[in-house]
Amino acid sequence: MSEATSRAGGVAANVATDDAMSDRFAHLRGTAGEEQIELDKEERGFIRRRSWKLLVQLSVGVRRKLLITALFVVIAQAAQASIPLIVAWAIDWGLPRMIEGQSSGMWLPGLSYIACAVTAGILIFHYTRMTAEASQQMLFTLRGEVFRKTQALSLDFHEDYTSGKVISRQTSDLESLRELLDGGINSLVQGVMFMFFTGVTIWIMDFRSGLVLVAALIPIAMLGRWYQRNSEVAYRRTRVSSAKMIVHFVESMTGIRAVQAFRREDSRSRQYRRLAARYREDMVRSISLFGVLQPSLMLIGNITVTVVLLWGGYRVLEGDLGIGVLVALVLATKRVFQPLDMIAMFYNSLQSATAALEKVSGLLEESPTVTEAHHPRHLPEARGELEFTQASFRYDEDGPVVLHALDLHIPAGQTVAVVGRTGAGKSTLAKLLARFYDVSSGAVSLDGVDLRDLAVTDHHRHVAMVTQEAFLFSGTIRGNIALGRPEASEQEIIAAAKAVGCHDLIMELPEGYATDVNKRGGRLSAGQRQLISFARAFLADPAVLILDEATSSLDLPSEALVQQGLERLLGNRTALIIAHRLSTVAIADRVLVIDDGRVVEDGAPAELAAQGGYYAKLDAAWQSSMGA
Amino acid sequence: MTESPGRSRTLWQALARLGPYLEGLKLRWTLGLIAAIGAGVVALSIPQVLQVLVNSLLDDNAQVSAVWTAGAVILGLGVLEAGLVYLRRFFVIPPASDAETSMRTRLFDKLQDLSASFHSAWGAGQLQSRAIADLNLLRRWFAFGSLMLITSVVSLLVGFTLMATLSPLLAVVFLGAALPIMIIGPRFRKKFVHYSRASQDQAGDVATKVEESVHGIRVLKAFGRGDYAQEGFTEEADELRDLEVSKARTLAKFLMAMVILPEGILGLCLLIGLWQVANQETTGVTIGALAAFFATAAVLKGPIEGVGMMLGMTFTAKTAIDRHADVMDTATEITSPHAPVVAPERGVLEFDDVHFRYPDTKAGDRDLIDGVTLQVRPGETMALVSATGGGTSTLLNLIPRLYETTGGAIRIDGVDVKDYSLADLRSRIGVAFEDPILFSTSVKSNVLLGTSHLRDVDDPQHPHRDAAPAPDQLDEVLRRTLITADAEFVETLPQGVDTPVGEEGLSLSGGQRQRLALARAIASAPSVLLLDDPLSALDVRTEEAVTHRLREVLNRTTTLIVAHRPSTVAMADRVALLEHGRISDVGTHSELLERSRAYREVMSASVRPVSAEEVLGRE
Repeated sequence: MSEATSRAGGVAANVATDDAMSDRFAHLRGTAGEEQIELDKEERGFIRRRSWKLLVQLSVGVRRKLLITALFVVIAQAAQASIPLIVAWAIDWGLPRMIEGQSSGMWLPGLSYIACAVTAGILIFHYTRMTAEASQQMLFTLRGEVFRKTQALSLDFHEDYTSGKVISRQTSDLESLRELLDGGINSLVQGVMFMFFTGVTIWIMDFRSGLVLVAALIPIAMLGRWYQRNSEVAYRRTRVSSAKMIVHFVESMTGIRAVQAFRREDSRSRQYRRLAARYREDMVRSISLFGVLQPSLMLIGNITVTVVLLWGGYRVLEGDLGIGVLVALVLATKRVFQPLDMIAMFYNSLQSATAALEKVSGLLEESPTVTEAHHPRHLPEARGELEFTQASFRYDEDGPVVLHALDLHIPAGQTVAVVGRTGAGKSTLAKLLARFYDVSSGAVSLDGVDLRDLAVTDHHRHVAMVTQEAFLFSGTIRGNIALGRPEASEQEIIAAAKAVGCHDLIMELPEGYATDVNKRGGRLSAGQRQLISFARAFLADPAVLILDEATSSLDLPSEALVQQGLERLLGNRTALIIAHRLSTVAIADRVLVIDDGRVVEDGAPAELAAQGGYYAKLDAAWQSSMGA
Repeated sequence: MTESPGRSRTLWQALARLGPYLEGLKLRWTLGLIAAIGAGVVALSIPQVLQVLVNSLLDDNAQVSAVWTAGAVILGLGVLEAGLVYLRRFFVIPPASDAETSMRTRLFDKLQDLSASFHSAWGAGQLQSRAIADLNLLRRWFAFGSLMLITSVVSLLVGFTLMATLSPLLAVVFLGAALPIMIIGPRFRKKFVHYSRASQDQAGDVATKVEESVHGIRVLKAFGRGDYAQEGFTEEADELRDLEVSKARTLAKFLMAMVILPEGILGLCLLIGLWQVANQETTGVTIGALAAFFATAAVLKGPIEGVGMMLGMTFTAKTAIDRHADVMDTATEITSPHAPVVAPERGVLEFDDVHFRYPDTKAGDRDLIDGVTLQVRPGETMALVSATGGGTSTLLNLIPRLYETTGGAIRIDGVDVKDYSLADLRSRIGVAFEDPILFSTSVKSNVLLGTSHLRDVDDPQHPHRDAAPAPDQLDEVLRRTLITADAEFVETLPQGVDTPVGEEGLSLSGGQRQRLALARAIASAPSVLLLDDPLSALDVRTEEAVTHRLREVLNRTTTLIVAHRPSTVAMADRVALLEHGRISDVGTHSELLERSRAYREVMSASVRPVSAEEVLGRE
């Protein structure tokens, strides 16, 4: 049991530190501190920098497109913002000319207006399209990166972080990012540009009104600050409660048989109701903040319009200001605040996207504990000779030693059975060979090459492992077997299935090898699934095969079949079989008895049986049960 | 699953479909709508004040008071506008979130009632996106999109009317912009809906890929097939990207039209307006009117653009409603009968010519369960051994009606399982599945899942049974069952029986999970116990301990136990041999060994798996 708990903390320790200063944030590195809701200023800064850095990295490859997009946005908004100017020009310049009988007073303002509209329209089309292309490209890159990262991260991370969280990082978090990139950025740039140009127009027409506008910015900034501060916490809270709700949902749906069999629909529903209500509450709270922000902005905007009107109107009376300019000023002042809504709304999606980005960037910051060497050694062909040299292992620095300085030589082609109590360290041997973990000290080598120096692709080609849980992926049976060697031909796949004895059972399925395993997920028993994963391993044709309690879930007929297939599967390969059935041990050349992280007995089955140790007792018990 | 009947619905029909959720929403939504429309109208009345002001300023006898009056009116209207905008949210947000939450919980309830076969056909990813993202979208639509759509339309109508009073000719010309938009609108709608639907579905597929890659991480790692998984994922993500870009392109075209048409027409209006003002004597259009016309047009800019956006949102919302309805309309195949039969509990289990086939089995193939007939006596332990063809797990799932038989009958205590209420039936039965499913809660809650623990007193799913442990005995029951299942390791967990396990808690080993699942099956003291190879992941020492302790429990309980190894068979009084979907022989272990060749083959194929643990554990 200590295996499960002692892993916590191992992740944080593995994250590289850039400089001494950053130790201050060690508790926030990677996925640690994800649940922390209240952050102090520096902590917030740290997490934010990490998030923005990620965004900047993602923009590689679409930067030119983004630049052109920005240019288009600027021109389009300038064109739109100049419209009140044209109206003022039309009234104060065009109209007198018209009255003088010169039709250019009509044509010039009218046509410029239309030209502005058409230019804006065409550019809006292009930048909407290009924003989507660029943002979707960035998102696509990010999805790929997160996926790659989760695949690359070592199992200690996965065991710690749980699949639900990984899934919500990749789905709901990326979804909020999509919203930001899709609509948000557009409305921000568009809005800011529009406000800028409209502001400039106002200044050009009448600097006094411009001053009023600047004065209005003060309460707006204060309001914005208030909103930012409160909504950040609110959004983070919403994220946490939404994640809880999702985990409950997924768990209930994947465990539906247990829910129904134990009549827990009602109480799980009640629990879900609670979580959903909690989420609702958090969400409404964060929306309500916006509900205060938006009308307040509007109020400030309307007051500004009133002031501009009063001051301007007074000056028109005095004769200091043209009436056309006043009309244009009021129009522009009314328009200048219109995008604030959009910007505030953008802030909304920015908030949820920031929260999401913080977590995603944390996940991306995690680094696998098991990595490929900088200059990996290649091993085109492997004989399968294994060597453990003073290999010891513990899950983390302070944890208990799971494997004590093991020296072990396994010649190529030998079949070794490993027996021992649960938690004695049997699986550790397998996990070290499969490089789910690396040794804490000492070394494990294949054909004299330290596994840590061996190229990852070569390692995967030469060493394959079949675990207790035979997981099948959606898709066909054929596809699932082919996972062992994707380039294999149909004949090779069938041959592999025949070799381990699952060809007949596959042929009994509705569409044989083309049967979709997902559509009838409950259809294959654990034993049948295991046989398919055997076929997968057979197809992979590794020099070293590891079976980690792989036969434990087989039913009797399957085990009988597998027992025959197993010998063929083993063939000339080096095999390490973690077994708790002596039927499996029977085919081994050699048996290792492991206890408390040490090899306590080592020898041929017959030899050990004669020695009178643990194995002898085991063998005796086995023999005596034969008659039962 | 991909084609669904709901998609031919109109928006109104889709909304009518949601009727029950919207009950509480109607009044406040209407108030919210009034506030929203009010705000829109107020915004439009501001240019009218402007017109009066401009004209009065142009008057030779212009008064300062006119400026002040106009200023005061505009300020008043401005405050009113902001207040109404606040009220809109105040009215609408809470009921819209309530509707969202109740749709979400009802969907959850519905999903829980649907059979296991439904769940294996739809991935959890598809269901999740329906439960979370779709409903978030619907809430936003109820609270914002729907209101703003109507408000925009009303604002446009009022705006046109006001424009008409300023200058009928200009209003007619401006209206000319609306006609092409009405033609473009539906076309845009069709395309946009197509892409948004497709991309929502695709997002679900991407989520499924993600889930698999995470759940199957060990296999991918063991074979170094991360790249392969990445390829599959990339394909799906690429498709999603393409769909999203196509969607955006459609939107971009629409936005372009929504700018060029109204603004271009306004340019035309400026031309005409200037001419009209120049000929004020004949046309009657003042400078003030022209200014007000453009101020109104500025206010209408929002609604004109908004209509398009809100339409888009409405179509996406409709897709979400359809997807919701797809699930809600799925018939619940397994339900309680209208008049359930009540029968005293004795623990008699009978199979009478039971058939079962999966819906997608090939036409010519035999049923997976092909006429099973078998009687299990009260208190008897019957091992179910499969010679060839399998089907043992499926047979077990048929008894508590997790799957439905396709022929014949299963009877408990003389009554067809289909005639019991589901709660009654399932409360009589305890199950330990092949793959132990634990939930993110404490060990205690997991083990006491079938008891009254953490249930309402009147939980209809927990009918009264004489044998069921009383609430005050639960701690004792927990202690005892943990001992029986040899799950004393629980005491060494950080918080003992209160330690959270499952997805969000501590991860336990396969053997540990299996023992908890076994404890859970027996904790409610069922009269029928179904164990699906319950000790497969246990080491033999543990297995023997459990077997020994379990026997006492089994003595009093009718048990059907799927056995894959002799040590499990050893617990049984009799053994039933399942061959080609039928029971080919029933007898004691030694009887069957003697007379059944198939049974001998099965048994001899597997040497009794005594292992290291048993011997080493005795040290």
